[in-house]
Amino acid sequence: MSELTASANAAGTVTLPADWRDLLALTKPRVMTLVVFTGLCGLLAAPAHIHPVLAFTAILCIALGAGAAAALNQWYEADLDALMQRTANRPLPAGRMDRQSALHFGVGLGVFSVVLMGLALNLVAAAVLAVSILFYVLVYTVWLKRRTPQNIVIGGAAGAFPPLIGWAAATGRIELLPLLLFALIFLWTPPHFWALSLFVRNDYAKAGVPMLPVVAGLRVTRGQILLYTFPMVAAAVAPWQLGLTGAIYGLSAIILSIPFVALAAQISLSGETDPAFMRPERRLFAYSILYLFALFGMLVVDRMVLA
Amino acid sequence: MTPAEETEVRRRQRSRALVTALVLAALVILFYAIAIAKMA
Repeated sequence: MSELTASANAAGTVTLPADWRDLLALTKPRVMTLVVFTGLCGLLAAPAHIHPVLAFTAILCIALGAGAAAALNQWYEADLDALMQRTANRPLPAGRMDRQSALHFGVGLGVFSVVLMGLALNLVAAAVLAVSILFYVLVYTVWLKRRTPQNIVIGGAAGAFPPLIGWAAATGRIELLPLLLFALIFLWTPPHFWALSLFVRNDYAKAGVPMLPVVAGLRVTRGQILLYTFPMVAAAVAPWQLGLTGAIYGLSAIILSIPFVALAAQISLSGETDPAFMRPERRLFAYSILYLFALFGMLVVDRMVLA
Repeated sequence: MTPAEETEVRRRQRSRALVTALVLAALVILFYAIAIAKMA
């Protein structure tokens, strides 16, 4: 099989039909986990009863929409992915699939997810899902990513939509709590991605992606991580402060935020330049994922206790 | 196309056809369940 792939790469074209595993890989299933989880939490936290089949359909649509956005992102960025070690083995840069198939798959999946959401749930959820896909593909991937170090700041909004979609699927409305959850993920994205970009900055530099550590340097990036951590913590605590959740969520938000702030502060004081020794950066990246999972999990627990 | 490529193409077509059939069957069940849930 590797010989076939190699010959396809050498020829510059791929004649073999894509394997279904590569189509699945195109949807970035690991990234989708967090998207699906936050969407599910938005749906479960909503003050409305929803039939389990419809709830499952809503989450399926969120997952398919995220998969579509990921596929279209890889379709557009195949040239960039080929230059970075972290992404060079993806189906398109590795030559296991042709770009046209990825485009058709992404568009088809995206349209299907939005139409199904509109028919099975409601038009508000379908509209927000459509906006989230278009935002990720057009605003983040096409417009911002190669142009500005603010790419993941503005583009981070794309990943913040799932709780809003989950809530809208259950209630048919957009209210203050899901908007605060949107703000939380929006403000969480820069510290999360900048922690990663600090220890993979060579990859980004090689590919010519203007990530903050590449353009502004390590010190500025470390300062920005700490700077964004404070409004993120404020957004995490805000639902409790505004009386939209109970003490279970509020106390969890405070306790979970302490290690986040501590790691961000540690990073801001670090002068390490060798990615191999950037342990606090790696820890913050890993902890930030756990932080979001735990925070949204506690939100659901809190809402269920309140109910 | 070499024999090895032809075998690989057939293998991929078979596995994709199987996955497509499974996805379609799952969608039939899902759409039926959605229809019942909407009527409930």
